[in-house]
Amino acid sequence: MNRAHRAACCAVGALAPAAAAAAGMHDALQPAGPQAGHVHALWLLLLGVCTLVYILVVGALLIGVARARRGDERAPADVASLAQDEPRLRQSVGAAIGISIALLAVLFGATVVTDRALARLPLDGALHIKLTGHQWWWEASYDDPMVSNIFSTANELHIPVGRPVLLTLEASDVIHSVWFPDLAGKKDLIPGRTATLALRADQPGLYRGQCAEFCGYQHAKMVLYVVAEPAAQYEQWAAHSRASAPPPANDETRRGQQVFMQSTCAMCHAISGTIANGQQAPDLTHVASRQTIGAGTLPNTPSALAAWIIDPQLAKPGANMPPNGLPPADLQALVAYLRTLQ
Amino acid sequence: MTAASPPAAAGPVSRPHRREPAFELRQRYGGWADKPGFLGALSTVDHKRIGRRFIVSAFAFFVLGGILAALMRLQLARPDSALIGPDLYNQLFTTHGTTMMFLFAVPIMQAMAVYIVPLMVGARNIAFPRLAAYAYWIYLFGGVMLYAALVLDVGPDAGWFSYTPLAGPEYGVGKRSDFWAQLITFTEVSGLVVSVQLIVTIFKLRAPGMVLTRIPLLVWTMLVTSFMIIFAMPAVMVASTSLILDRLVGTHFFNPAEGGDALLWQHLFWFFGHPEVYFIFLPGLGFVSTIVGTFARRPVFGYVAIVLSLIATGFFAFGLWVHHMFATNVPELGKSFFTAASMVIAIPTATQIFCWIATLWTGRIVWRTPLLFIVGFFLILVLGGLTGIMLAAVPLDLQIHDTFFVVAHLHYVLIGGAVFPLFGAFYYWFPKFTGRLLDERLGRWNFWLFFIGFNVAFFPMHILGLQGMPRRIYTYAADTGWGPLNLISSLGAFTIALSVLLFIVNVAWSAKRGLQAGRDPWGASTLEWATDSPPPPGNFHPPLAVAGREPLWEEGGIAGRVDGLHDDPPELLVTSLLDATPQHRIVFPTPTIWPLVAAIATTVLFIGSIFTPWAIVWGSIPVAITLIGWFWPSKDETLKHRKVEVKP
Amino acid sequence: MSSTRHLRGTHEAARGAAAPGAPLRIVAVLLAVLALAACEREARRFEPPVGKAITPPPIRMSAIQPAAIDTTTTIAPHYEVNAYALSEGKRLFSWYNCNGCHANGGGDKGPALMDDTWIYGSEPSNIYATIVEGRPNGMPSFGGHIPDNELWELVAYVRSMSGLVPKSAAPSRNDDIQAKKSENRLLPEPPQSSGVPPASERSQ
Repeated sequence: MNRAHRAACCAVGALAPAAAAAAGMHDALQPAGPQAGHVHALWLLLLGVCTLVYILVVGALLIGVARARRGDERAPADVASLAQDEPRLRQSVGAAIGISIALLAVLFGATVVTDRALARLPLDGALHIKLTGHQWWWEASYDDPMVSNIFSTANELHIPVGRPVLLTLEASDVIHSVWFPDLAGKKDLIPGRTATLALRADQPGLYRGQCAEFCGYQHAKMVLYVVAEPAAQYEQWAAHSRASAPPPANDETRRGQQVFMQSTCAMCHAISGTIANGQQAPDLTHVASRQTIGAGTLPNTPSALAAWIIDPQLAKPGANMPPNGLPPADLQALVAYLRTLQ
Repeated sequence: MTAASPPAAAGPVSRPHRREPAFELRQRYGGWADKPGFLGALSTVDHKRIGRRFIVSAFAFFVLGGILAALMRLQLARPDSALIGPDLYNQLFTTHGTTMMFLFAVPIMQAMAVYIVPLMVGARNIAFPRLAAYAYWIYLFGGVMLYAALVLDVGPDAGWFSYTPLAGPEYGVGKRSDFWAQLITFTEVSGLVVSVQLIVTIFKLRAPGMVLTRIPLLVWTMLVTSFMIIFAMPAVMVASTSLILDRLVGTHFFNPAEGGDALLWQHLFWFFGHPEVYFIFLPGLGFVSTIVGTFARRPVFGYVAIVLSLIATGFFAFGLWVHHMFATNVPELGKSFFTAASMVIAIPTATQIFCWIATLWTGRIVWRTPLLFIVGFFLILVLGGLTGIMLAAVPLDLQIHDTFFVVAHLHYVLIGGAVFPLFGAFYYWFPKFTGRLLDERLGRWNFWLFFIGFNVAFFPMHILGLQGMPRRIYTYAADTGWGPLNLISSLGAFTIALSVLLFIVNVAWSAKRGLQAGRDPWGASTLEWATDSPPPPGNFHPPLAVAGREPLWEEGGIAGRVDGLHDDPPELLVTSLLDATPQHRIVFPTPTIWPLVAAIATTVLFIGSIFTPWAIVWGSIPVAITLIGWFWPSKDETLKHRKVEVKP
Repeated sequence: MSSTRHLRGTHEAARGAAAPGAPLRIVAVLLAVLALAACEREARRFEPPVGKAITPPPIRMSAIQPAAIDTTTTIAPHYEVNAYALSEGKRLFSWYNCNGCHANGGGDKGPALMDDTWIYGSEPSNIYATIVEGRPNGMPSFGGHIPDNELWELVAYVRSMSGLVPKSAAPSRNDDIQAKKSENRLLPEPPQSSGVPPASERSQ
């Protein structure tokens, strides 16, 4: 099983590194933090033990049937075992059962040890983020004891390397599940309940998470990126995120802002520093600085943004954002304005 | 695997009873024979006829579910595929899962039991035969309703497990989830009814002398499975009814804002859902026991250990359900309990596996297609069981839950643990069902294509899951790197399709041109091989008494015959539960059209209640009328019954 | 990439109708009718049937037109029988804060929407006009702020609040605190008044 795994990984590996780097890391077998690391250790133990058991059991079967004498359905069956005991068989089977029980006990013990390790992630100085799952995007609110420092963003988290992060998980509509394979196991976001997920990234990088509980039409395109960066860089990002959007600098972007406010956008979206305060859709104050638009649906480029605005249903059918038939000049201005929202 | 040498037909060549004129059947078999023609087919209470159509229907649903899977694999073969949109894809995977779990896997095991169990215990029919007819029609109508819904764009689209709130009143738009919930109702009724029949048959209709320790292992598995069904199905019944009530009438079972709980659904559903996989798995184990014994030419080693393992599995299966909910915020300590339970349940299964290996090790192997499928079972099921141990560990489960790793695991255990033994069982009992053997060469091709195709299709999914691919996604981006393995998996899926096609070809060809089988082509040991192939109406003329666990192998295994039972009216011998001593004779129900009519009335009630709660009220009137018709005693039959009563 | 399904139901029904025998033909027609009803109710039209315009086309108060018919006025019935459109309308009613004045349909600062009194008319085009143009004494003008497709979804939902849409398509209860009976359990309230607003509500 190990060999097949490696072989398959090699086949994928030729393509994977460049691709994965662009898309974000998403491999449970490449832990980038202690939580995923503990699980990875348990995985290796389970993989080793299970592979061994598989080889032994299947080996016993195949050797047995290869060694056994050939029979004939016309010849009478051997019913001696109905009258006599078969002590050797009984001992062998008994031993096999005993070994199985012992191995299971070891595995259960390892599970308990891993569980405890996971529960003991030190949370001093943790960054608190409230994550709310929506159909089909992620709303993140960075908590802070000073209320004026609280800010909202969507679909992309930045966290400092080496500092624990405590995610508070809620859902606004149906059950979602947040999962960053490189950082931690998953946790469901259930309406009416509040859950928590603790994790820590020990290596900087772009990590890709995806919704892992079927939540409707666009469950497939509900990606959440985590950018783990050194503490100083993170503080810079956080300070910038708290800031309002800059006012438009030229005629085109002014026109674009006008289109945003007067047309359909401000009905659902918010840009801090403007009158747009819609709470139903992702906060766009810093939309131009994100990796993707539409929660991982399209790359964040001007042409993709324009196509998304005109008809999100082409790239993400069923999404809650409607098509907006803007005239081309207005669209161009709007995109130019949105690109200033770094 | 030696060169294919076909087994010799043993015993006299069987006559195809089906093709005998009804008048002659009635002459020879009295009240056991059916009425002639189409009406006779619709009104039959012969468990073999009902069982056969049940098996064929369940297999047809297997093929339909497989076509849906092929469409899904076609869509997932390439990244960003525009073949199938999200709405259709959601309906496809929901209907695939619902079909395989509710319309194929559980019913086909029950269908095989309906046919085989009465023969194996030496009974002349199944208990409550009219109920068997009713159960089949209800099942069929429910399945047809589901596929009609799919064709009409109202197929369920919230997953086969239909979690709330997605399937609830606010987010489950339209009538789609209502059709899902009513399908559950149809298949619940059918499953519960057949379970009751099997339990009563196994307890009270065994051949005299078939004490508990002489009951064949397949019959034990069906007994444990039937009890599990009776205890588990009410949970999903409550769940689906609550869901319809929430959606149609505005109750708040799953509404957290008004005191309900979204997680209540998961508890109710999985309390049923986990045992359900054992409804599917245990009968597969019964097939394995039977085929291993026959083709190793010796009684299976460890009979008592296996029986106790089956019973233990039946109990433990009810203590595992939260392992489907490890990612929710149920208390962590509680989750550990379910980890322990999910690991412990491996022990009874391992016990059985070791006993079978011991049997094969010390037997004299006859290499026929059924045994090939059993070897496939071992190779696939053991791997699936071991990935199950991995999933049982909470920390690891939190990484691989709801990913393609689980898709791989569930198919390894269900296809390896149930479908491979089922195909082995088809090859094993086809001669008994039809009087002809399936072709050995086609059988080997069937097996190898299935085995190779299965592993090519599902093994890569383990890796995909670890690489972050979640379940139930209609497409994925190219830059995730999931494309190549998905393509390989899709190729494997089409190989499986090819192998199933080969099986169908084998069946179609062999039914007309296969080698004549005779009574006992495999030299097997259980009672069904002591009668013609296919068995006549009334199964045994006369019924037999047994004195051993392997009655056709042991000296004096058949202790005698039961004389004095009438054929017209059809009579059975009721025996005691523990020791199978004869207790009294019972007159059995005769063929009637009422079960079909009652099933139609019930169907109208169930489908109507999707649209209005008043359907329950008005729809129960026809149901009551048909039930009255069903139970109304017939004067002729009562007179006949009185004539044969013997007063002590 | 449109997500409308190709439906084979009508084709299957048509084949059945070719078979001999009147009863069989009747059954086939019945099935076709049922099929069409189900298809209309359950279709998920992610691409709007009216196009992607934000600026609404002329609002029509009359069903008759000269020359070729512009389908804007005939589009409303398709929304009213479609479960997805009604459910989207319900979502938008809450998202665009119609509850702020109309309070789940019972009325607060704005008039009740679930009764049989329609100040400005109960026809879909009337309701559409009301939302697009705005009305005296507080109803904002949403024209240009809400895309056309969503406007029609809201219109259909408003109609469902008085039970004027088919029950099988009407939305069910929300996963929220229950404020009223869900739309699929309402008795129809046939509109009693329409046209001229009462004196107290006319603008000066």
